[in-house]
Amino acid sequence: MALLSKKDANLILDPLADNNPITIQVLGICSALAITAELKASLVMSISVIFVMGVGNVVISLMRNLIPSKIRIIAQLIVVATLVIVVDQVLKAFAYELSKTLSVFVGLIITNCIIMGRFEAFALGNGVWRSFLDGIGNALGYGVILVMVGFFRELLGAGTLFGIPVLGDPITKTGLYAIGYENNGFMIIPPAALIVVGIIIWVQRSRNKALIEEA
Amino acid sequence: MKEKLHELKLKYQGKKMAPAFNAIHTFLYSPNETTHSGGHVRAVDDLKRTMNTVIIALLPCLLFGIFNAGYQHYSAVNGFPADFSILEHFITWDNFWLGAITVLPLVVVSYGVGLAIEFVFAVIKGHEVEEGYLVTGMLVPLIIPVDTPLWMLAVAVAFGVVIGKEVFGGTGMNILNPALTIRAFLFFAYPTWMSGDKVWVHEGVARAGTADAISGETILGYLAQGKSEAMYAKYDLAEMFYGFIPGSVGETSTFLILLGGLFLIFTKIASWRIMLSAVIGSLAMGLIFNWVVDAGIIPEYSKFYGLMQFDFWKHLIVGGLAFGIVYMATDPVTGSQTNKGKWIYGFFIGFISVMIRVFNPGYPEGVFLAILLMNVFAPTIDHYVVQGNVRRRMKRLKNATILPKPSDGKAEALKVETV
Repeated sequence: MALLSKKDANLILDPLADNNPITIQVLGICSALAITAELKASLVMSISVIFVMGVGNVVISLMRNLIPSKIRIIAQLIVVATLVIVVDQVLKAFAYELSKTLSVFVGLIITNCIIMGRFEAFALGNGVWRSFLDGIGNALGYGVILVMVGFFRELLGAGTLFGIPVLGDPITKTGLYAIGYENNGFMIIPPAALIVVGIIIWVQRSRNKALIEEA
Repeated sequence: MKEKLHELKLKYQGKKMAPAFNAIHTFLYSPNETTHSGGHVRAVDDLKRTMNTVIIALLPCLLFGIFNAGYQHYSAVNGFPADFSILEHFITWDNFWLGAITVLPLVVVSYGVGLAIEFVFAVIKGHEVEEGYLVTGMLVPLIIPVDTPLWMLAVAVAFGVVIGKEVFGGTGMNILNPALTIRAFLFFAYPTWMSGDKVWVHEGVARAGTADAISGETILGYLAQGKSEAMYAKYDLAEMFYGFIPGSVGETSTFLILLGGLFLIFTKIASWRIMLSAVIGSLAMGLIFNWVVDAGIIPEYSKFYGLMQFDFWKHLIVGGLAFGIVYMATDPVTGSQTNKGKWIYGFFIGFISVMIRVFNPGYPEGVFLAILLMNVFAPTIDHYVVQGNVRRRMKRLKNATILPKPSDGKAEALKVETV
């Protein structure tokens, strides 16, 4: 990481693990529950959020001295909304099927607490380069968890990854299905995402003693 | 043997595996340790004895389930006996043997996986092995269909014990009843193995689609499809009550469940308040549905009609309602703790069970969902009962200070008394 100073590198690396927006700050849970039944949707959602957060943080950081503090929330909303519409239109143009799967949740990136949180907490008070790194870092932290949850849910729930069967064919009974394995229907429904996220939080906290709260 | 174990225990004290060893030791013998300080009341009814009492109450259901598994299978294959006699058609070696080789593996897997996880967690966390799984392990095989694949059961048990119990801190800390968590997991994960008319009879699924296909629709299944006449033609009330009907392994015999319930009430293990109020709750909901039908509000072609016109008291003798009320709702950890709270908690279990049973489109039973739902609400109910009690006494205190004359000094005395 000769490219970045240690301080700047931490802006990207911290949200990936020790200060993860989902597992530590417990933000952005709604979309993590809604669109992680398939790995592909999780990945596209992550990329969209990375784009919105990276660009959004830069824009807010550029305007930080121009925005009157009384109307800063509405100004932030306009920036996010614009970027989300761009993402939505791009998806509709180039990946129509996928945009149908994600449906309303692309629009709901606007309300993703992580984005507003980073605008408020970081971009309004820091320079452009550092804001950009912070946005990318937090969106990556969000994306990592999304992809992890999507991986387990799609693998256990449908026996596929990116829509490709990896455990055999459940209808013609090949692979694992030949010996009686069946897909776990529980993993398809949204509450399963809550439990998978919970298990990730559990594993992370028991491995990292610094995160354990005083009882 | 006893002395040897005591010696071994001292030797392993403080070692990593000590909790696992102690668990087996105290299961077999009462410990030889005396209390180190202060006065203690010693009684034999510790957690292990309590759990064992519930298991004793469950054994008749298990035995009946074993015979019934065989009876349902052979009856489905060879046709039901015309004049049914218990000794001739039910308590036979064939029935027992078939039941034993299908039901006992469920028991073994349930205990094996569950206890293994308990032991692993005890060793990792360094606490004593908790007894909570003794009852859960017996309940689980009794509330699932007889042909549930063993690996599914193993996965569900692992999920139920870890997510339902260990993450909350183990026995006594869990919010949800672990046995019902396991059943709920099975139901949502593998619905094809948990509902329909094939799963309740041994080999029903395996033979589906072949020339030898057999099926055993449950009473509630018949009613949900609006086939009341067909159901009454096949089963009469006595069969429903004594339990010679298809269903999950151990929940069909209301008669034996009733005996087990009386035994639990007599030994003061389970709360009669919860049982009674749950019965009242289910009767109330059943009466409302019967009234709806009588008043002609719901047309006969409605898909709810079959279950709604089912006489309100018959809900108690079919499906898992009786089993749930007696053995699951009365779980002292997940249920309400206050007496008034137990009445409310039990009432809603019965009420919601029958409601879900009638309105659930895919699956005409809802006892486990109702109990899990009320498990979640139990602490809230307790909170408001306690708050209500505090408010009532505060009111009494306020009124009490006004009555005596402030000059004679009795006010202070009275104030102390009423608190």
